[in-house]
Amino acid sequence: MTVTLAAASETGGGSLRRYLKAQEWQLALPLALAFAALFFAPLMLLVGVSFFNDEKISQPGFASWVKFFGDAFNYKVIADTLLLGVKTVATTVVIGYPLALVYLDLSARLQKALLFMIVMPLLLSVVVRTFAWIVVLGREGVVNSVLMGLGVISEPLKLLQTELGLVISLTQIEMPLMLLPLISVMSRLDPNLRDASAALGASRWRTLFTVILPLSTPGLVAGCLLVFASSTTAFISQTVIGGVRLIYLPLVIWQQSLVVYHWPLAAVASLALVVSVLSVVAALSWLGRRSGGYLHG
Amino acid sequence: MGRRRSFTDISYGLVIGGLALLAVVIIVAPVIIVLTTSFTEGQALKFPPKGFSFTWYEQLFDPAKSRQIHRTAGNSLEIACFSTLFGVILGTLASLGLARNRATMARVADSIFMSPLVLPGITFGLAALVYFSLLGFRPSLDLMIAGHLIVTMPFILRTTTASLSQLDPALLDSSQSLGASWFYTLRRVILPLIAPGIAAGAFLAFMASIDNVPVSLFLSNARTDTLPIRMWGMMESTLDVRVAAVSGVLIASAFVLMLVMEWTVGLTRRMRD
Repeated sequence: MTVTLAAASETGGGSLRRYLKAQEWQLALPLALAFAALFFAPLMLLVGVSFFNDEKISQPGFASWVKFFGDAFNYKVIADTLLLGVKTVATTVVIGYPLALVYLDLSARLQKALLFMIVMPLLLSVVVRTFAWIVVLGREGVVNSVLMGLGVISEPLKLLQTELGLVISLTQIEMPLMLLPLISVMSRLDPNLRDASAALGASRWRTLFTVILPLSTPGLVAGCLLVFASSTTAFISQTVIGGVRLIYLPLVIWQQSLVVYHWPLAAVASLALVVSVLSVVAALSWLGRRSGGYLHG
Repeated sequence: MGRRRSFTDISYGLVIGGLALLAVVIIVAPVIIVLTTSFTEGQALKFPPKGFSFTWYEQLFDPAKSRQIHRTAGNSLEIACFSTLFGVILGTLASLGLARNRATMARVADSIFMSPLVLPGITFGLAALVYFSLLGFRPSLDLMIAGHLIVTMPFILRTTTASLSQLDPALLDSSQSLGASWFYTLRRVILPLIAPGIAAGAFLAFMASIDNVPVSLFLSNARTDTLPIRMWGMMESTLDVRVAAVSGVLIASAFVLMLVMEWTVGLTRRMRD
C-alpha cells in the first residue's frame, strides 16, 4: 500500500527516496523464496512425515510418536544428550572464561594473536578436530604415552569411547563458540570500572565476581547457548569419540533414517532433538535477559 | 590487610592464569599433534611418531592410491564454490533490503535467515533428505549445493549486515542528491564500502560448506560424498594414517587462507564484533 502511494505521489527528490526505500525490502524476496522452498517446506514435511506409522509413509497416525515416547530407553538418550551439553558448557566456561579475562589484559598485538588462535580451530573441519582427539586420547596416544612415561600408570587408560574423553574433546571443539561472544562483550566493558573497583579496595576476585561477571553475562549466556546447541548435536564427535556404546539422539536419528530407513521414527527423534535443545536454549536466553534486566533495574 | 590483599591477588593470578593456560594448551595442542603425527614413518597413529617422512603425504597425493579422496575433495570444492556464489548473491541482496529496515516483518525475516545457525544441522539434513526424496529427486551435487546454501547463509548475512549498518547514511544521501540513480549509488558507493564484509562472510560460508557434515551426511550418496564424510568413513573403519595427512593439508590451507583474509579484510575483528 505505502509503496503504491509513494509511487503515485512521486514528484520531488524526497518522495523518490521514500519510494526507493519502500521498495528495498523486495531485494530480500529471492532469499525468502529460497528459504521457503529449501528450508520451510522440508521442515514442515518432516513434521508431517512424523505422523505416519510405517516405513513406506502410507498410513497416517500417531504410532511413531507413541513408539518413540513409549520407550523408556529414549528418555535416557534424551537426558544423556542434554547432560552432555551441560557438561561441555561447564568445562568451556571454567577454562574459557579465564582465557577471556586474560585476553583483556594483553597488549593489542597479543590480543590479535590470541584471537587468531581462537578463530583458527573454528575454520578447521570438525572431522579434523575430532581426529586430533583420537590421536591424543588413543591407547597409544599422547596422554597415555606421557602418563606411562612418567610412571603414573602402568596400563594405558581407556579414554576413547568414554564420556570423559568425549567431554574433553568437545571442550576444545566448541571452545571458540564460547570465547568469541565472551571476548566481544568483555572488550566493550569500560576498563575504568575495574580500576575504580581496585581503587575502592576490592580484591581482584571481588572485582571479578561483583563487577566483571555480572556485566559480561550477555556474552556468557550467548556463549553457553552456542556451545550447548552445538555439542548436543555434534554427531561426528559423538560417534567417533563416544563410540557405539554411548548413545545420543543424533546417533538414533542417523540409525533410524540411514540404517533402518524408518523415516517417521527418525522424524520423531529429530523433532525431539529440536524441541529439547531449543527449549533449553530458550530458557537460557530468558534467564540471560532477566539477569540483564536485574542489572539495569 | 595488605598481606591478605596480596595473597588473594596471587591466588587470582595462579587460578585464572593457570586455567587460561590450560585453555590455550587444549585449543592448540591437538592441532600441533596431528601435524606432527602426519609425518610418521610407521603404520600406526602413535605419539611420539616413529621417524620422520613424507610417506603418507606421497600416498595422499598419489592419484592412483588416493583416487577416492581426490574425488571427494573435488566434490567438496565444487559444492562450496557454488553454494558460496549463490549465497553471496542472495545474501547481499537480502542484506541490502533488510539491514536498514526497522519494520517487524524485516526483523522476523532476518531471524529466520539466521535460524540455521541454532537449528540442529542433523534435523535439517534429515528434513532435506525426506523432502527431496519424496519430490522424486535423486542425490546429486545440485541438491547438496541447495542444502549448503541454507546452512551457510547466516555467515554471509552476519558480516554483510554488520558492514551495511556501519555505513554512513550521509554518503547515500549525498550520492543521491548529486543525481546518482539508486543502482549507480549501489555500484559505486555501497558495494565498494561493504565489499570487505561480504568477502569475510563469503570466506566463512565457504569454510563452513567445506566442513559441513550433517547436511552432506543425508544428501550424499556413494558418488556425491564429500571429503569430511569420506574422512569420517576412514576414521570409523581402519584409522588410515592418510587421515592425518589430509588433516595436515586442511590445517595448512585453513591457516594460509585465514592469514590472507586477516590481512585483506580483518577477519578476526569482524568475528569478534
